[in-house]
Amino acid sequence: MITLDNILETNRMITEDNLDVRTITMGISLRDCAHPNITQFCNNVYDKITTSAEFLVKTGEDIENQYGIPIINKRISVTPIAIAAEACKTDSYVPVAEAMDKAAKEVGVNFIGGFSALVEKGFTHGDKILIDSIPQALTSTDIVCSSVNLGSTKAGINMDCVRQMGEVIKRTAELTRDRDAIGCAKLVVFSNAPGDNPFMAGAFHGVSEAEKVVSVGVSGPGVVKHALADLKSADFSEVAETIKKTAFKITRVGQLVAREASKRLGVPFGIIDLSLAPTPAVGDSVANVLEEMGLERCGAPGTTAALALLNDAVKKGGLMASSHVGGLSGAFIPVSEDQGMIEAVECGALSIEKLEAMTCVCSVGLDMIAVEGDTSAATISGIIADEAAIGMINNKTTAVRIIPVPGKKVGDVVEFGGLLGHCPIVPIRNQWSSEAFIARGGRIPAPVRSLTN
Amino acid sequence: MKLVVTIVGKDQVGIIAMISNILAKNNVNILSVNQNIMDGYFNMVMMAQVVDGSKIKLGELQQMLKDKGAEMNLDIKIQNQEIFNVMHNI
Repeated sequence: MITLDNILETNRMITEDNLDVRTITMGISLRDCAHPNITQFCNNVYDKITTSAEFLVKTGEDIENQYGIPIINKRISVTPIAIAAEACKTDSYVPVAEAMDKAAKEVGVNFIGGFSALVEKGFTHGDKILIDSIPQALTSTDIVCSSVNLGSTKAGINMDCVRQMGEVIKRTAELTRDRDAIGCAKLVVFSNAPGDNPFMAGAFHGVSEAEKVVSVGVSGPGVVKHALADLKSADFSEVAETIKKTAFKITRVGQLVAREASKRLGVPFGIIDLSLAPTPAVGDSVANVLEEMGLERCGAPGTTAALALLNDAVKKGGLMASSHVGGLSGAFIPVSEDQGMIEAVECGALSIEKLEAMTCVCSVGLDMIAVEGDTSAATISGIIADEAAIGMINNKTTAVRIIPVPGKKVGDVVEFGGLLGHCPIVPIRNQWSSEAFIARGGRIPAPVRSLTN
Repeated sequence: MKLVVTIVGKDQVGIIAMISNILAKNNVNILSVNQNIMDGYFNMVMMAQVVDGSKIKLGELQQMLKDKGAEMNLDIKIQNQEIFNVMHNI
């Protein structure tokens, strides 16, 4: 039996607290598209995407109207192109990215992910071509996202790839310098990347996934903040309890949307990603949730503990609300996409070093951070290596999406637009060189899983 | 299919008449109504059910009410009840 209060609460969450379903993402396997001729392969990819996802956007909109819950993005993820395109006799996969871009625009989705390679242990021929193609692919397309997994708890870290990705990020920034290095906002480097993540830029359709799946990413930092606003003097047991209950409600809506989408599209349900994903809208901020717990600014001492509690309570509440949970599941801390994070950086409360500490306990990593354009490739590789190490040792996903914006200095602001938001240039305070460390290459061996101190 | 209709806006003559008329014409049965006036603002939550065999699509009904809402300066929402069920019941 639902009560009047229930109805008013749900509608308040939607209208005042920005409750939404962040994304419905359809994963599509491209393994049956392989062909030695790249043109034929691109045609196969285009046809498979446009037929599989023909009704994705329409279905999303219908569900949105029927339940009165906004569904912000409709997206597609595909098999990592380094695998799907490997049979092609070619030295560049840029035409594949262009075919993906065209197909995604044809069906009307916001982003398509999967221009990806999984190289934590080593490169195949296709992996090398893909990584070399990334800068050009992200320049000549608009909505294609790329990711590279270069570390894992089981395999260690591929330091050759770490070195190369520093250069790839710099090159991508250079090629898209007239658009504030937007290419780098569509490129993420992972350790322990999940194959069922519905969120961009890191979504790809993992090799162990079914032919097609529908997954849903939820959101809702505004709702959690609102719930905590009534608990000014409560202790942390009560704070955790309240976050759990709120996460349960948010996730149930995601589960309903996922179930409906799966039924209407005739595609199996994959997972719900229990993430608190912020947007640049005022009041839709993870930083504000942490501040609601009593921190003057996000980044103040105590921030890592607050984020740990938040992340854990979101999972505990969300797990019971959904039949299958996966993806990144946790709280996101993308700087440019979170108004509270932006303000914290601007007033000096939040630094890249503190953000790195926060990534030890949250769902992803150093995300959407703009740095000075003359940051060296070796420094970016050093940052990637540190994040990958945190993921490898802690058996969790970590990622780096960093944007060295050509011509910009600390004090400047970069505007990416839309959900990607804007970001003040974040200073890298430590200017000492990582050059010789990164130049070594090779592999960092997989870590021991006992004696965990 | 059960529906929840919520209406918020400045009080005026004929709000309930308007909504009940539209629902009746489209074969939607009203199950319960909860309404009050706060500070001159009309607040209403109505539960309704689409009668079996009704041809109306939820999308069309929503559009109709959206147009009417714009005309009378009211915020009218009509949602499938399921979203409230899943969120508030285990």
